[in-house]
Amino acid sequence: MTPDPRLPPHTDWAAWALAHLQDLPALTGRQWELIVVQARQADVLARLAAWLQQAGQLDAVPQAPRAHLLGALNVAAAQHAEVWQEARYIDAALQHLGVPVALLKGSAYVVSGSAAALGRLFSDTDILIPKDSLSPVERGLMMAGWLGTNHDSYDQHYYRQWMHEIPPMGHLSRGTTIDVHHNILPLTVRRPPDAALLLASARALPGFACLHSLTPTDQVLHSMAHLFHNDDLSHGLRDVSDLDMLLRAQLADQGAACWPGLLSRAQALHVEMPLAYGLWACQALLGTPVPDEVITQARAQAGIGRVHWAAMCWLWRRVLRTAHSQARLGGQGLAGFALYVRAHWLRMPPLLLARHLSIKAWKRLTAPKPAAVPGQGPA
Amino acid sequence: MSAALTLGDLSPQALDAALRGPGLRLRTGPWVFAIRSRLPQLLTALPALYGRHPLADDNTFADFHVEVIRATGLRRYIRPQIYFGIGGESPFSPLPADQGVPILEWGMNWCITGHAHHLLVLHAAVLERNGRALILPAPSGSGKSTLCAALLLRGWRLLSDELALIDPATGQLLPFPRAVSLKNASIEVIQAFGGDQLQFASVVRDTVKGTVGHFAPPPDAVERGDERAGPGWIVFPKYVAGSAASLSPMTRGQAMIGLIENAFNYNLLHRTGFQTMANLVQASTCRRFQYSRLDEAVQLFDELSCLPPGAA
Repeated sequence: MTPDPRLPPHTDWAAWALAHLQDLPALTGRQWELIVVQARQADVLARLAAWLQQAGQLDAVPQAPRAHLLGALNVAAAQHAEVWQEARYIDAALQHLGVPVALLKGSAYVVSGSAAALGRLFSDTDILIPKDSLSPVERGLMMAGWLGTNHDSYDQHYYRQWMHEIPPMGHLSRGTTIDVHHNILPLTVRRPPDAALLLASARALPGFACLHSLTPTDQVLHSMAHLFHNDDLSHGLRDVSDLDMLLRAQLADQGAACWPGLLSRAQALHVEMPLAYGLWACQALLGTPVPDEVITQARAQAGIGRVHWAAMCWLWRRVLRTAHSQARLGGQGLAGFALYVRAHWLRMPPLLLARHLSIKAWKRLTAPKPAAVPGQGPA
Repeated sequence: MSAALTLGDLSPQALDAALRGPGLRLRTGPWVFAIRSRLPQLLTALPALYGRHPLADDNTFADFHVEVIRATGLRRYIRPQIYFGIGGESPFSPLPADQGVPILEWGMNWCITGHAHHLLVLHAAVLERNGRALILPAPSGSGKSTLCAALLLRGWRLLSDELALIDPATGQLLPFPRAVSLKNASIEVIQAFGGDQLQFASVVRDTVKGTVGHFAPPPDAVERGDERAGPGWIVFPKYVAGSAASLSPMTRGQAMIGLIENAFNYNLLHRTGFQTMANLVQASTCRRFQYSRLDEAVQLFDELSCLPPGAA
């Protein structure tokens, strides 16, 4: 199957392209249309471009779609340069504290040279620090020009008491954003991971004083924990693609020994459920070579029954895809809503959840609406 | 290109079917926009504004799938609104339902400023004479659009009234011939200046920018829509009521800073952005310009166009 405008809609061509990288150089301009339009929306156009560039195949792409790939490469290059610069600023701002500071997700992939850095786009920098260092870290960042962006007292209270991160901090002059985490999941989940385990095995990043990256195994597990607890799945496909890249790299490094390593580490970190769905999603959506028996083991270890599993996979299939009107599957709206509710359910005990959602709803109803004007003129 | 089907060749029924169905595949400059909409106002406005534009066939790559759609629910009946949509998402707020032309035009510009990062993109009008480009960069309110409209009515070829597109590989400016937009008092000024040859195809009152009018680009702008231009003149215009038209020198450094202030993706392109812009400024004659009367302005630009390329 290749992209064909005469085929009925409902095909996620961005996912198809990620799973068929080898086939991209042979596509015609018209076949690229659906891929460019959807991959742009799914934030993976730069990844396709970077893969083609790495494979020396960019010139095989017809000129009109190639222009979009070159543009996406320029965006990724600019973002990567900014990530490196932010990493240096963060390192300088926090090195006097003498605590490990781990870069997470996109910025970690880029600075540690991971496989998932390939054409990765992102918006802010995430760091993980020891919980008892939260105050000095916040002070250190403030001294270097980052300020809290959220001045709503309920939100501040909510983040600090229940979440695994503090509200985002924005840099005064550079306009960049940093998310400071002290755990990888909210403290209100039934069995929160022990973040100290992650920091204890984190690796120092060469050339930095205090910056670290998680081990490749922990990077996979963190990305899965984040994705399968999240209420915002707008970058779902891109995140599955990250996982696909990370898993393929581990497989190349360690061979089949990587699977038992992931299974046992997931138990230690209490992220058995995300590992099971994560392995399934990579195999089912992007063709990652995860053996069936590893997925079965992961599911058994997470204690997920067959019916529950089948229902959840039906839901994930509808949500971890390009959010493009031409790529919609039946039941997608329902699945999105169900998983939004599930994310909140996992995050908090029901009474606390009810209280939180009603406060948020009330605030939304009573908040003044911001005016927006179509963009004309440089930002 | 000349043999290609144009939008004006379509019967109203065929245009309606394309807009409601798979999309009208409109080619303008280097891009093809697949446009979908059920708004009756676009059925008359599009042929008036884009009648000479070529259409791409079904086997040609389209760059952007865009739509102008009515808000649903109660909004259908009470002060109806329309959205600009791309892939089922709306990059900006809805507008009142009579603003179909402005929202489509702004949306198409948004596609380019948001995604065309293989090019250096500036907020500027661009015209051409003798193969060389006149770039008029300026923020809104500087009189750039009025000046641009006056020049294209006096023989300069329009490349774009809103976006300068510079190819880093060649340093050339790409045409992007589109509906020409004017605001408020400029509409009557240009109508008087252009006389009978000028028909506004759409005038909409009470937009976020006041009254907005659009007229069709001249035929040669569309027919030569893939003919690029080399660097020529960079002129920073300023409308000063009652002033005599005058050009004054500026250094290339000042021109560079002025261009950076009007660039959409200069920072994003890093070294390439700097190189491209520096080459452009180096090869151009750079001037400040103030004016109040269009006839004087056109005369001065005629004289400027006689200077040798790149004169300091």
